[in-house]
Amino acid sequence: MPSSAPAPSDQDIQAIISDHLGLEGPLLPILHALQHSFGHIPAAAHEPIIKALNISRAELHGVISFYHDFRDNPAGRHVVKICRAEACQAVGADALAQATLDKLGLDWHGTTANGAVTIEPVYCLGLCACGPAAMVDDRVIGRVDEARMQRLLQEAGA
Amino acid sequence: MMKIWVPLDSAAKALGADEVAYALAAAANARGIKVQIIRNGSRGMVWLEPLVEVEINGIRHGFGPAAPDDADDILSGSGAKALGPVEDLDWMRRQTRLTFARCGVIDPLSLDEYQANGGLVGLRRAIAMTGQQVVDEVKTSGLRGRGGAGFPTGIKWQTVHDATAPQKYVVCNADEGDSGTFADRMIIEGDPFSLIEGMAIAGLGVGATRGYVYLRSEYPDAIRVLQQAVRIARNGGLLGPDVLGSGRAFDIEVRVGAGAYVCGEETSLLNSLEGKRGVVRAKPPLPALEGFLGRPTVVNNVISLATVPVIFEKGAQHYADFGLGRSRGTVTLQIAGNVARGGLFETAFGMTLDQAVNDIGGGTASGRPVKAVQVGGPLGAYMPVAKFDTPLGYEELDSQGGLIGHAGLVVFDDTADMLGMARFAMEFCAVESCGKCTPCRIGAVRGVETIDRIAAGDGNAIGLLTDLCDTMRDGSLCALGGFTPYPVMSALTHFPDDFARRKEAAE
Repeated sequence: MPSSAPAPSDQDIQAIISDHLGLEGPLLPILHALQHSFGHIPAAAHEPIIKALNISRAELHGVISFYHDFRDNPAGRHVVKICRAEACQAVGADALAQATLDKLGLDWHGTTANGAVTIEPVYCLGLCACGPAAMVDDRVIGRVDEARMQRLLQEAGA
Repeated sequence: MMKIWVPLDSAAKALGADEVAYALAAAANARGIKVQIIRNGSRGMVWLEPLVEVEINGIRHGFGPAAPDDADDILSGSGAKALGPVEDLDWMRRQTRLTFARCGVIDPLSLDEYQANGGLVGLRRAIAMTGQQVVDEVKTSGLRGRGGAGFPTGIKWQTVHDATAPQKYVVCNADEGDSGTFADRMIIEGDPFSLIEGMAIAGLGVGATRGYVYLRSEYPDAIRVLQQAVRIARNGGLLGPDVLGSGRAFDIEVRVGAGAYVCGEETSLLNSLEGKRGVVRAKPPLPALEGFLGRPTVVNNVISLATVPVIFEKGAQHYADFGLGRSRGTVTLQIAGNVARGGLFETAFGMTLDQAVNDIGGGTASGRPVKAVQVGGPLGAYMPVAKFDTPLGYEELDSQGGLIGHAGLVVFDDTADMLGMARFAMEFCAVESCGKCTPCRIGAVRGVETIDRIAAGDGNAIGLLTDLCDTMRDGSLCALGGFTPYPVMSALTHFPDDFARRKEAAE
């Protein structure tokens, strides 16, 4: 999990970048791989990336900041995503999300004080016929009500 | 050996399919029964998921929605949740399953089962054809883009076919971000080889040797299945330097998106694939001529490409014989939201909205009256019950001020606040705008503010909102800013009370 991930070493960063240089359009795969390994895109990776791909610092910053997935800092140990899209709204996702945020005393993208859980909005998990939908790390959950959310948060240590 | 199928589809897993599979294995072990548990795709009856199937006398019987406690009932082949033979269920019998014929039937990662059920027949036929014959076959089928735009697939392929370049590409748009749609996810999880075969046929047709699937990061299960399927296809000779011994090359790489809705727009997707910000490109040049890395590129939706194999297997005319008007073939309806029987229902174009929502879908899950159905995702119109006789087809919905989009139907009951839904459409557009064009980037922000003014009782703001929507529709570069007015204006036009009531309350 991100917070227990090892501090990124220059060699590790370089190895990840080098692994992807044969691809056409390697930047997103590199960023995904870095985030997979370190839980975020470490600032120490910026210089090696712009050198390897011959792009400017501004271009790299532009890409990292454009996409919702990429983080500058590690998230909590678990990321709980709650769907905010229309199909889930039709079955009460707004109330579920609000109750969850209120209970944790967080706003969207916030992390609990103990570092266990980060809450993120997501716009559609493709579970539109069994909403409200949520995802804990990579695990999908359908028909989530407040009681179910409470159990999920407890399991995640929030 | 008892054969049991437990879906690995995300919707089934989200409702506990993995736990059911473990319970079945444990119960079988305890009773000393030998079972083979196959993880299949979903049959599309999401309200019955996890839908477990057991083979009894060679016929697959369904049990659902299954819970871990039902394991003993399932093993004995009876109980309150026994549904009888799955193929005899009303939902299955009333469909025309062409694209989804194998989904839920086979083990998604068995190339043998794929071939035993009609797989690769189409590709073998395409291999024996010239590129032009392949393109002509797609034209004859009448297939149009299933991602939403509805552009004739064969025409797009012809442009790429006719272009001369040292490298051409086939890019599959699997950035299925529209709420209410999950057909791409289902086919990738349930029958990934159909997409791979369709892309290979496209590659042969237009002369492309490289393919990419741009798959959204919100679908981790689909990513895993497709990556495995590509490896299996490569090992099986379906992909690689010599596709099925044809002497022609085609290979596929799976690329994962990074959470940007706008990357479902084809030019934005291409920029993202190149490693840039997912900013929309102005057209022309068309991606068919200057697409990925500036080379001629076929960009098609998952369902368009996954439909290509059955067109070649059964013949273009067979496919074209289904449908209505200029909407040929089948549409994969995704019935979602507040609906009693939600799921995927494949049928010939032409079914009315009323049939889909009330007859197939069974009305709302809450039991309250249906208020509106949003057709075609977050950029589609809210259709009121008064328009429920509209047939589901590209032109038919267009003439009623809507769009069929990716054929998602999101049902809302009478508790829905349409002013709130209109505000959400603008808010979503503001969050997801790529920022390139002003009407979308600024307009969406102003749209939220203007709707808030209406909510606060400022009736004059309604004219301003209408004017803003005109500007966004006419002035935006792509469908994000250009179509956000559909949900907003349809909510305002068909549900004026939801906008007026606020005003009265404020006065």
